[in-house]
Amino acid sequence: MKTHSIDVHALKRAPTAAVRDDICLRVEQLNLHYERSGNVALHDISLAIPRRQVTAFIGPSGCGKSSLLRCFNRMNDLIEGSVVAGRVFLDGEDIYARGVDVAALRRRVGMVFQSPNPFPKSIYENVAFGLRIQGVNRKRILDEEIERALRAAALWDEVKDRLEGSALTLSGGQQQRLVIARAIAVQPEVLLLDEPASALDPISTLRIEELIYELKTRYTILIVTHNMQQAARVSDMTAFMNLGRLVEFGETDTLFTNPRESQTEDYITGRYG
Amino acid sequence: MQVAESATTEVPLRRAVTRAEPLVWLCSGAVVIALTLLVTVLGLLAVRGLGHFWPQPLILLSPAQGGETAQLGVILDRENDDDGRESLLLYRGVVSVFPSTLLWLMDDEIAGRSYPDDALAIELRNGGRAFGFADSLRDTGSWRPISSAQLVGKLTEEPDLSSGMDDRALRLRLASGDRMAIPLAEIDTAYAPNAMSFTDKLGYFVEQLGSFLAEAPRRGNVQGGVFPAIVGTVTLVVLMTLIVAPLGVLAAIYLQEYAQHGPVTRLVRIAVNNLAGVPSIVYGVFALGFFVYGLGGSLDQLFFSDRLPAPTLGAPGLLWASLTMALLTLPVVVVSTEEGLARVPRTLREGSFALGATRAETLWRVVLPAASPAVLTGLILAVARATGEVAPLLLVGVAKYSPGLPIDGEFPYLHLDRQFMHLGFYIYDLGFQSPELATAEGLVFATALLLVLIVLFLNVAAVILRGRLREAFRPDETL
Repeated sequence: MKTHSIDVHALKRAPTAAVRDDICLRVEQLNLHYERSGNVALHDISLAIPRRQVTAFIGPSGCGKSSLLRCFNRMNDLIEGSVVAGRVFLDGEDIYARGVDVAALRRRVGMVFQSPNPFPKSIYENVAFGLRIQGVNRKRILDEEIERALRAAALWDEVKDRLEGSALTLSGGQQQRLVIARAIAVQPEVLLLDEPASALDPISTLRIEELIYELKTRYTILIVTHNMQQAARVSDMTAFMNLGRLVEFGETDTLFTNPRESQTEDYITGRYG
Repeated sequence: MQVAESATTEVPLRRAVTRAEPLVWLCSGAVVIALTLLVTVLGLLAVRGLGHFWPQPLILLSPAQGGETAQLGVILDRENDDDGRESLLLYRGVVSVFPSTLLWLMDDEIAGRSYPDDALAIELRNGGRAFGFADSLRDTGSWRPISSAQLVGKLTEEPDLSSGMDDRALRLRLASGDRMAIPLAEIDTAYAPNAMSFTDKLGYFVEQLGSFLAEAPRRGNVQGGVFPAIVGTVTLVVLMTLIVAPLGVLAAIYLQEYAQHGPVTRLVRIAVNNLAGVPSIVYGVFALGFFVYGLGGSLDQLFFSDRLPAPTLGAPGLLWASLTMALLTLPVVVVSTEEGLARVPRTLREGSFALGATRAETLWRVVLPAASPAVLTGLILAVARATGEVAPLLLVGVAKYSPGLPIDGEFPYLHLDRQFMHLGFYIYDLGFQSPELATAEGLVFATALLLVLIVLFLNVAAVILRGRLREAFRPDETL
């Protein structure tokens, strides 16, 4: 059983400047609009996201933070009439270049959604899903990988005796950790978390946040949240967005204590939005 | 109600309607009516259908002064005329000496009624029933007197007595006093219903029911069983399901998942929905022209030209009937599958895509399993409709009598080109085309009951399967 007294600040200060220079995702002049409605979701976004750190995206509802997140694994492709302009580099490769294998990209960039969405299958099959579609069907390998993923998602001890039970019997918090396990089972480099705790109770939220601290040693994590305390607690870097534009992007400590932009200050002090 | 008042009474009226009690009464009333109708139909079918196999008592009517001869038979109906006089409809059996098997007798034509124990009912192999009293038997060369009870016992003890073609015969004394010889080879069973105990009757009932289910029909279908029709019906429905399930599901997947959502898709959907309303006989006519003569005729010219002009596939048969039924039930499957696919939450699809699954993998591994209960619902409805449908079959393959089953031990085992018997058509044929309604009536009810039971069985099986699929990964407190 894990105690809830992790030293958040120690964890947050840990990465050195050298690590921080290692850029995982670079966004250049990214624009996103929807043809049908003519709505522009993202305006000229440019930013560089450091490897193996947590980057939080905050901002009022509809500011485009989720849309931006969905650009990193090209989930917006699924929305008819969405048009992306600009470039996004993952490890120096443009993921919007012609001929990019989107399925392969999504295996490198995992995603967890706002409300837990386990498949109506067993716990085991949920975690095995990503592996099976890659053609991994050997029971021994699957067993190992599933245990590894469930341990990494801090769910193993709770479900190890009922792996064949339905994933839908789990609580909301467990389901969300299962979905995280499902995402990390395919060994991605980046994890996109789209308000992963917004549908959860405070205890479950805390567990997810603890999990994020642990996972960032291995993965680059991008988290969208409308909870500023959460952003302050879990992230190293924070991006504040408003009306489809990136207003301010910097180290979390700086952004929350000494924001450059007045808009940011208004938002984090609660005078706005 | 006057216009001026309506404004003031509007609110209380609406409140009265939306108040729970009247609504509950209305809804439960609808359920009660539906259930009553259902139970009535099933009850009627069960009573009349199963009653057909129960041995009927034989009544002996002695004539009043100046009347005709005595009559022996089964009472089929009673009627009272305006003066309160009763008249009886008597079934006298099919015996060549009678001009008609049915006879109406007025109350005043009858002097006495009795139920003689030795009255014998004989089921003839190809001639309905004969009623009379055993007179004598010729089994070893000469006529020897025999009583009804002895004859029944002898027939039970020596089952092969009545097989083989020779001059062995039974002489029957009719109620009129005439004697009639019946070759033993013609006798199927003989029994004395008035002398039977309840257990005997039950045994007879079970035996009759068994031969109804397991034997082929005889003598213009009014005798024997419906086994070929059961096989034909089930084979047809199974083949139909095998055709319509993939076709309907694939079409629904295309419409729902791949087709651009626009006016054309909407038009196709409306067209498919409206196909469900096309009268089934129209499908039959279409199938006769398109499948049987068009497709079948062309196939015959291509592959079976040596047998022409005798058609092989260019004639009505099982294959075309199954295709017609599949066409008929396609809208049901398409519509319910589409609804099922539409109800699969977007988050599930996104979860699958986010793990690097392609569209096809997502469809196959996530969306279709989640939609499978809806697919099964569609198939249940399709099967229920196809099992009871007769009209199109009249044109594309059903036979009044077909000795060869569509499935047998002979290569290629499943004979798609054969005509087949069908329970629904059998009912129509017996009920409306049979020359001998008196015997056929009970069979019609029995067959209808059987058809309903088959539909019920298929439905229950599918509902259980669907329940399993639905419950498979439902939250379960016992875990």
